[in-house]
Amino acid sequence: MEKFVKIENVGMSFDTRKGKFVALRDIDLTIKQGEFVSLIGHSGCGKSTLLNLIAGLTLPSSGVLLCANREIAGPGPERAVVFQNHSLLPWLTCFENVHLAVERVFAANENKAQIKERTTKVLELVGLAHALHKYPGEISGGMKQRVGIARALAMEPKVLLMDEPFGALDALTRARLQDELMKICDATRATTVMVTHDVDEAVLLSDRIVMMTNGPAAAIGEILAVDLPRPRERLTLAHDPQYMDYRSAVIEFLYAKQSHPLAA
Amino acid sequence: MANLSGPSSTEADAAAMRAFLGALLPPLMGLMLLVGIWHLATMNGGSIPTPGKTWEAAAKLFADPFYRNGPNDQGIGWNILASLQRVAIGFGIAALVGIPAGFILGRFATMASMVNPIISLLRPVSPLAWLPIGLLVFKKADPAATWTIFICSIWPMIMNTAQGVMRVPQDYLNVARVLNLSEWKIVTRILFPSVLPYMLTGIRLSIGTAWLVIVAAEMLTGGVGIGFWVWDEWNNLKVEHIIIAIFVIGIVGLILEQTLLLLARRLHTEA
Ligand SMILES: Nc1ncnc2c1ncn2[C@@H]1O[C@H](COP(=O)(O)OP(=O)(O)OP(=O)(O)O)[C@@H](O)[C@H]1O
Ligand SMILES: [Mg+2]
Repeated sequence: MEKFVKIENVGMSFDTRKGKFVALRDIDLTIKQGEFVSLIGHSGCGKSTLLNLIAGLTLPSSGVLLCANREIAGPGPERAVVFQNHSLLPWLTCFENVHLAVERVFAANENKAQIKERTTKVLELVGLAHALHKYPGEISGGMKQRVGIARALAMEPKVLLMDEPFGALDALTRARLQDELMKICDATRATTVMVTHDVDEAVLLSDRIVMMTNGPAAAIGEILAVDLPRPRERLTLAHDPQYMDYRSAVIEFLYAKQSHPLAA
Repeated sequence: MANLSGPSSTEADAAAMRAFLGALLPPLMGLMLLVGIWHLATMNGGSIPTPGKTWEAAAKLFADPFYRNGPNDQGIGWNILASLQRVAIGFGIAALVGIPAGFILGRFATMASMVNPIISLLRPVSPLAWLPIGLLVFKKADPAATWTIFICSIWPMIMNTAQGVMRVPQDYLNVARVLNLSEWKIVTRILFPSVLPYMLTGIRLSIGTAWLVIVAAEMLTGGVGIGFWVWDEWNNLKVEHIIIAIFVIGIVGLILEQTLLLLARRLHTEA
């Protein structure tokens, strides 16, 4: 498959009051079209920093990032982001929040009715048909996160970037949304990069898991390819020895090779 | 169902009534205390009239608030309206200039660092210092008073709007960047709604300032207006009327402030 996102020798440092802070160094990674990649690592290692670089929200201090062979020079609707805290605009309804994105991407080629239909469809896809005209303040955290996902999916992005999309949710809602996300990704073949803290989530969803070393100056420690057939079923996988092996490989990396920075 | 909901709703009404009285009672007691002290302090004569005498004068005054005996002798209603009109014009122009200026200062840091020192310098200047400049430029009392209102009420609007723009959460701006929204959409869908509460605070402070300033300005410029009226009554030594004017100015100011607070709360719950 085509190499779609290329991260070449990227380093990122921030200017802080105490001088230069090197967050990332020597990041090399290529992501194929349609691939699902997870970024996992301890808190503060630089996962969000790397995701923001792919999104183009920040630019690297060194190295270069490419998407579809073009340098990433800034954010754009072809790389949709699901933000860690959902970032819905509180003065717009769920419908209007998604509509804002759909309109931006499709207004050039489609009429108003088509754009409305797209908006409604994608909200139905995440199971929010009944909450179209509610404001973010009137719905639960899980529903807000789903609107955030719907907004990103609605743009039919080439790359879907998610920063701990399910981090703030309870275990039941999280499992449901993971299943939904797997279905959506299988259906749309979207290239996806997801930041997560959750080992099971990473193994269940990913084609590859990128494990990052502790910061400062974090780098890619290991990359684990997850060769489990799709569609994946969480109940059968729970007893799958191969799944268990992947799971313990990630845990081994996180807790033995990169013991928690606070414990060190 | 109907039987059940009937009595429970009157019960709720009664509870609301009690809450209302509970909220009203302490302020009423405070007011009575004030009038009581006023009465005790003035009942043995002196230059300040008693509450009773002031009340009588007020009743007479408000019996016919809209009479006209020539340009210098008009009812108190006309005087209040004249002042409100000046405030409205001066404040209106200040809003038209100040709110867009605040947006620009909040959005462009270089502009802000250019203009902020000037604002800090001019903001603490007393309104009365601006009046001669107005008289000099406009050669007439009325526009000079409006000018003074304008210059004194513009600062809170500029500063609060700029504050609001600078405090737009980075998350929302990131959304705008990822969606690659046009500058127009950024202003209407993101900046304006999130700045609105700050803007309303600015407007409220501005109107308060404008109402403070108008009385002083009118004392100096003359004509019709509540400030001028106070000065006129002082020259006539009608002290009751001065006290009435103080109450009237206070009440109008209170109404202006409460109206804007109500508006802010309405918009806030809608957001
Ligand atoms: N704008 C910034 N200025 C200075 N330092 C920053 C900035 N953004 C991130 N950092 C630093 O870079 C490091 C990596 O931050 P990042 O947010 O990418 O971590 P993370 O892996 O996403 O953590 P978490 O899992 O807790 O979200 C941290 O030490 C953080 O303090
Ligand atoms: Mg993070």
